[in-house]
Amino acid sequence: MNATTAEADVIIVGGGLHGCSAAYHLAAKGLKPIVLEKHVVARHASSASAGGVRRLGRHPAEIPLAQASLELWHRLGDMLGADGNFRPSGQVRVAENEAELAACATRVGETRALGYDFEELLDRDALRRTVPAVSPHCVGGIRVARDGYAFPFKATTAFRHKAEELGARILEGAGVTALDRAGERWEVATGRGRLRAPVLVNAAGAWGREIASMLGDTAPVKPTALMMMVSDRMPHFVDPTVGAMGRKLSFKQMQSGTVVIGGGFEGKVDHATELTELDFRQLAESATNAAAIFPIMAKARLVRCWAGIEGVTPDDLPYIGPSKAAPAAFHSFAFCGHGFQLGPIVGSITAELIVNGRTNLPIEPFRVDRFA
Amino acid sequence: MASCDLAVIGAGPAGMAAATLAAEHGLDVVVYDENPAPGGQIYRAIETVSLARNSDLAFLGESYRAGAALARAFRASPARFMPGTTVWLVQKDRAIGILRDGKAAMVQANRIIIATGALERPVPVPGWTLPGVMTVGAAQGLLKSAAMAPSSPVVLAGKGPLLFQLAAQYVAAGVAIAAILETGARPIAALPHVWPAWRSGTIGKGLALLRAIRQGGVNIIRNVVALEAEGRGRLEAVAYRTVRGTGRIATPLLLLHEGVIANAQLTKAIPLAHEWNERQQCWQPMLDADGNSDVEGIAVAGDAGGIGGAEAAAHSGRLVALAALKALGKIGRIAHEALAETERTAWQRHLAARPFLDALYPPPDASAQLADGTLVCRCEEVTAGQIREAVSLGCAGPNQAKSFTRAGMGPCQGRMCGLTVAALIARETGQSMSEVGHYRIRPPIKPLTVGELAALE
Repeated sequence: MNATTAEADVIIVGGGLHGCSAAYHLAAKGLKPIVLEKHVVARHASSASAGGVRRLGRHPAEIPLAQASLELWHRLGDMLGADGNFRPSGQVRVAENEAELAACATRVGETRALGYDFEELLDRDALRRTVPAVSPHCVGGIRVARDGYAFPFKATTAFRHKAEELGARILEGAGVTALDRAGERWEVATGRGRLRAPVLVNAAGAWGREIASMLGDTAPVKPTALMMMVSDRMPHFVDPTVGAMGRKLSFKQMQSGTVVIGGGFEGKVDHATELTELDFRQLAESATNAAAIFPIMAKARLVRCWAGIEGVTPDDLPYIGPSKAAPAAFHSFAFCGHGFQLGPIVGSITAELIVNGRTNLPIEPFRVDRFA
Repeated sequence: MASCDLAVIGAGPAGMAAATLAAEHGLDVVVYDENPAPGGQIYRAIETVSLARNSDLAFLGESYRAGAALARAFRASPARFMPGTTVWLVQKDRAIGILRDGKAAMVQANRIIIATGALERPVPVPGWTLPGVMTVGAAQGLLKSAAMAPSSPVVLAGKGPLLFQLAAQYVAAGVAIAAILETGARPIAALPHVWPAWRSGTIGKGLALLRAIRQGGVNIIRNVVALEAEGRGRLEAVAYRTVRGTGRIATPLLLLHEGVIANAQLTKAIPLAHEWNERQQCWQPMLDADGNSDVEGIAVAGDAGGIGGAEAAAHSGRLVALAALKALGKIGRIAHEALAETERTAWQRHLAARPFLDALYPPPDASAQLADGTLVCRCEEVTAGQIREAVSLGCAGPNQAKSFTRAGMGPCQGRMCGLTVAALIARETGQSMSEVGHYRIRPPIKPLTVGELAALE
């Protein structure tokens, strides 16, 4: 591949969930995309993510996309031949006092006013029926029934393998070093040779700002190391994925019995080496939160802590849609720690934009030049 | 946050020697070890054996007794010893996470010496997870700490000095050995390295061990090329194959050993820069002549920096301590050079025996004969076949193997399977071990509960 310039219909920069999803949807429409991944597929956020498939509590701008994406999650097995271990075991957000319960009621009211009825208010008894292991002091919460979780690496590889089966190519170890528009084509130089295609997609995650900048778009992104920890196997005690109104917490027990605890606590990112350093003072707070909501966790043994590098924007919303500075280039990056659920639909949106020139879903709030 | 001039992690020969010297020269030294008493693996329970169980000293042998003097000097020094303490975190800024009496705390050290010693190389053979199969090192630990020895005839399989040492100790203690199955020693290959090993005293000690074993009438079966632990629910017999044929020995206890490797779990977790040691087939931290790593203020002493044995470890510990004393202004450059020269000469004399031992007892190829059905990751029950299948699906390295198969994601964090998984991937993809790399090790590297972390001081 080094000697000549390889041709494709679409060049996708970034082999995470969003890049692989775009590759699948494009290949399903008969195009031949190529994914350029600087390391290996799902190296960062797409394997380090906690894997929440959650509509609960989402920003109103993301709800229409999340609704459409959830339907794809429920059809993932039929669509891709592998379901990414998606388990629709529900999502719950816990209120620990009356003020938080009132905030729950407000939130559910707001979502209903927008025309969505997926969030359900739980009183004390209903919470206990849904989450029997919850601490006695909790007074209620919100539940979303058809939400759940999946295994990020498996979901990403499911998209990857189906995309490859349909004719997409994945090139690992191919970091982008230069990007040029030559006539009607994008020419991309990588560590593994040059490639050419009429259309380019930026799905470079926490590194998406650099690719956007090569295209001429200014899109602020802070690479952030979101930390998580996992316990040893425990007897089964909780089905839904659980968060809290007044605490940073994301809590789920996997089918193996291990418990994954997250919540958006930040470690340190070394941008050059792409490695992360954990902050145990922050993780101590994360552990405090988990044990406060689930007293059974106090004795659980931690097996491992880790962090994934994710791109975060000033308004906590991703960049989705066409480049404003360059022709035939599209963005899909910086999902701010809640892009896993959106993976299936945003790949489809990107494919629609490329093939049909439009999408029916509202993506205006995610325009790339909103901070320019 | 509590603080100290120098934190020493591990109270084996390297840690004891380093701490003793550094504390005697006026540094505020804290020593952490998870055991109740100093000694490490090699001198486990050295104090209780020398005081209360004097008769046991006879069969444990002369090289074990050497630890008593180190432990006495260590106890007499002003170093603060913290037994029963696990170190679950070391950060590059030299903050240390410890756990003692169920309380987690952070300590800030000005300098750190890591002296976490060696691990036995895991030996994945069919049936190695059956009850009744354990390592030579674990069996020796029981002999030292609890004077526990097998009551029915035992089979020892593998190779290396530790295996013959335990066999000699069993003979001296009157324990019946059904057989030693030696997996391929290479005396011819070791010949060119004989002289330095002879001069260091290693060969003399080895020959004395072999003589004692022969006098005990032990059946040594050489050139064993394949082993299998058999049994339903627990070990019943060991089947083996040599170049001459096959055999089967009924036994309730099989002790495996294929040499030791640097315990790189902590140094990898920090992470310090590491290199692949082709001769010893293991990863070890990259160190300068004084044991300094690539991270300012963090040094490694003894076997944790590369296998040299207990005697070399003590000298290495003192060398690294001298560097710390110099760095913290407790001794001048000239004094340092004079003292370091003596330790370095002694250290190198002991290290000189390694090429002989490494050539005589070459590490087995961790991937060559592994049947698809053999477990490699014990925690998550992943087989060699599953690793090979993951490679065929695009798995490019050990860290991806975690995502593909869960290998290395259990409580041991890949201590037991790391090298085997990497070797399988290297063989399947035609890469070298240093290209394939190793698991990223993530703290906590020792057990810590959610409640203990929540109460972090």
